[in-house]
Amino acid sequence: MRDVAVIGVGMTKWGELWEKSLRTIFVETALLALDDAGVDKIDSMYVGSMSSGLFVGQEHIASLLADYLGQAPVPSARVETACASGGLALRLGFMEVASGMSDVVLVSGIEKMTDVNGYEATYALGTAADQEYEGYHGITFPGLYALIARAHMEKYGTTREQLALVAVKNHLNGSKNPLAQYPFRITVDSVLNSVMVADPLRILDCSPITDGAAAVILCPIEMARKMNKPVVKIIGSGHATDSIALSSRKDITWLEATYQAGKRAYAMANKKPKDIDILEVHDCFTIAEICVIEALGIVEKGKGGEATEDEITYLEGKIPVNTSGGLKAKGHPVGATGVAQVIEIVKQLQGEAGKRQVKDPRIGMAQNMGGSGGSTLVHIFERE
Amino acid sequence: MEGIVGYGAYIPRNRIKVEEIAKVWGADAPSYKRGLMLEEKSVPSPDQDTITMSVEAAKNALKRCLINPKEIGAVYIGSESHPYAVKPSGTVLAEALGATPEVHTADLEFACKAGTEGMYVVLNLVKTGDIKYGLAVGADTSQGAPGDALEYSAAAGAAAFIFGRENVIANALDTYSYTTDTPDFWRREYQYYPQHGGRFTGDPAYFKHVVGAAKGIMDKAGMKPSDFDYVTFHQPNGKFPFRVGKMLGFEKKQIETGWLVNKLGNTYSGSSPLGLTAILDVAKPGDKILIVSYGSGAGSDAFIFEVTKRIDKGRDLAPKTRELLDNNKCYLEYGEYAKFRQKIKKAI
Amino acid sequence: MTSPSRYWREIPQRYRLEANKCKKCGLVFFPPRLICPQCQNREFEETKLAEKGKVLTFTIIRVPPQQFVDQAPYAVGIVELDDGVKLTGQIVDCDFEDLKIGKRVKIEFRKIFAEGEAGILCYGYKFVPE
Repeated sequence: MRDVAVIGVGMTKWGELWEKSLRTIFVETALLALDDAGVDKIDSMYVGSMSSGLFVGQEHIASLLADYLGQAPVPSARVETACASGGLALRLGFMEVASGMSDVVLVSGIEKMTDVNGYEATYALGTAADQEYEGYHGITFPGLYALIARAHMEKYGTTREQLALVAVKNHLNGSKNPLAQYPFRITVDSVLNSVMVADPLRILDCSPITDGAAAVILCPIEMARKMNKPVVKIIGSGHATDSIALSSRKDITWLEATYQAGKRAYAMANKKPKDIDILEVHDCFTIAEICVIEALGIVEKGKGGEATEDEITYLEGKIPVNTSGGLKAKGHPVGATGVAQVIEIVKQLQGEAGKRQVKDPRIGMAQNMGGSGGSTLVHIFERE
Repeated sequence: MEGIVGYGAYIPRNRIKVEEIAKVWGADAPSYKRGLMLEEKSVPSPDQDTITMSVEAAKNALKRCLINPKEIGAVYIGSESHPYAVKPSGTVLAEALGATPEVHTADLEFACKAGTEGMYVVLNLVKTGDIKYGLAVGADTSQGAPGDALEYSAAAGAAAFIFGRENVIANALDTYSYTTDTPDFWRREYQYYPQHGGRFTGDPAYFKHVVGAAKGIMDKAGMKPSDFDYVTFHQPNGKFPFRVGKMLGFEKKQIETGWLVNKLGNTYSGSSPLGLTAILDVAKPGDKILIVSYGSGAGSDAFIFEVTKRIDKGRDLAPKTRELLDNNKCYLEYGEYAKFRQKIKKAI
Repeated sequence: MTSPSRYWREIPQRYRLEANKCKKCGLVFFPPRLICPQCQNREFEETKLAEKGKVLTFTIIRVPPQQFVDQAPYAVGIVELDDGVKLTGQIVDCDFEDLKIGKRVKIEFRKIFAEGEAGILCYGYKFVPE
């Protein structure tokens, strides 16, 4: 297996992009990545998208987007594992370069969510849950995470305020991110007074509906070393599945797939949790970030809320989490999220994170999760 | 001898008081309460209908007799509020109990008499030996038009009876039906609420047929009112059962046990059947029970039951009717009631 | 959108709680499985779920999916049945203030939703206080 590096990134501002179609958003983003990498031609491409079919009635986007990017007849695949589609695209692109099958691979993610109304968007997102045994009974995604939150609060004493602090922190970081959908700060009070969506989660505990794309270019490490930038190598990749139905899990408060994917990534990278300098995790809901940092071994089981309250995961803290603003402030165009996480890690490792820059991080981790934890992709990056 | 092998009741927990309805329409609550001898009625939740209540009542009946559902040869739900206009309710019930596929099912309707119709058919199928056990359910979630007199009484509930020849808890001694074409209460297709003939629904309708059936069965069986320990009539309001009872020569204490309407409302096809379940909850071996239903249009079915020594066997294995009536009540305001009963719907 | 065939196929589970049990390791699966995820065995015996249990966690859905708009707000929970199987379902006939982890509940047959004004009626299990 060859060593693989990230040599280019591309991302435009995320939000409700009324004037832009799915293909426009994708092409603009991908071109930025190609330019950043200084390449004209790619050997292969992967597009992560949860449901272009339900959101814009368009399947077959692998070829559509390859064509609109001007790269046809390049081999192109659209991959899906709910909200972890971007992370999966990265893993497959990584495997293709590492195996020697391709040299330059475009890894991207895209979701265009605002062409459908609120109910249709909720329905589309809801298809990540078990349709016959969860969705059938009227559960929603905020509802599933609310079930996790309540169980976590009961078992570990996690508080409502600690959950709110995750959102507050991520908005604080997001306010420094020019590409974020909601680049403004919020307070604990505004979270606690926002409209209740599924007790105990309120609207400000939930990531938004967003249009957006993100793209990175992968290549063999020799190619990266020729560029005038710090080399960022992918040193670990882990992927794991779990039952998608929350009721099938042994412990409702524990994200087993995240733990397993993390374990595999750490093993491949030969690293431990304490070696990680910076993380981008899947805060689709505030409780998710708390459970993820526990499952990744960053903090002790049950102590995710406390760690947030103690500001360990803040920008200036011991182990910054979601310096990009996370899904909460940056936005969550489902398929694109996993790739955007990579971009933040790369920028941080290369010292290009502007006002969000963490002091000299060397090893970064991106954790991307699908549904209520039914799938997880974890990648570890190292600056040479 | 053939008779009831198991019985079960189901009443939703929601209630609305006469005062609450009267308040909205500017009506004189005390006079309605006096005139109807009614205080409150049951209201089904939006997730309850004739089918769901029938399933729960039938499950209670099964709990009391512990037979194998596969041995049920016929399943009938009698109702005037079947959830589908075309698609049987009985098949859902038969599936839910596991009586399918070897079972005869039909949906019955005859205004408020549909429950006892099912009992009549199933009893006779058992008598002919065609089936081992048969299930008859009377259930309704009927509605009264907003502001109409019927709005105060139209309620929801279900009663289920399993008939058979073995392990009978109440022998069916006799049956008698009295039927004429009398247009006292009806609903045309595509109409949401029924219409009725006002005072015409009294003497020429309810009283004529209940009296006709009661006298008819007593003549046929050679019995008189004092031979009975309990009697239950169809209960469209609190007054009619006592009035017809008096007309026939029954005493208040014979009527009281099965008289649920003052706190329950008129459960239409469930009305006299639920009265019967309340009686079976307390009756003793040897007790004789008369039940006379009434369905507008019009007709009455009468049955005479004699309680056997087996009555105690299953009684406590399922909730008693008065427990369902009195416990865990949730009172609604008119707005929530209107929403539950789909008189108002959310615009999506 | 629930098609008639998709609804009908799950009737044995939705109406009668039919499950299966791994003949080798004894785990119970609902809905029934073809291969045991624990021991990889492919032989099962038919069984039915217990009808009572306790609430493991719950929430109150206030922003519902379209089909449930008329029902919101409603409580949904994960209940651990007395046979160890965990089920997701609505908790009804219970004031929200009385909901708590550990509460004993039992299964009742209810209408889950209606497919609009003209579609099929979908029934299934919900939980009510014991």
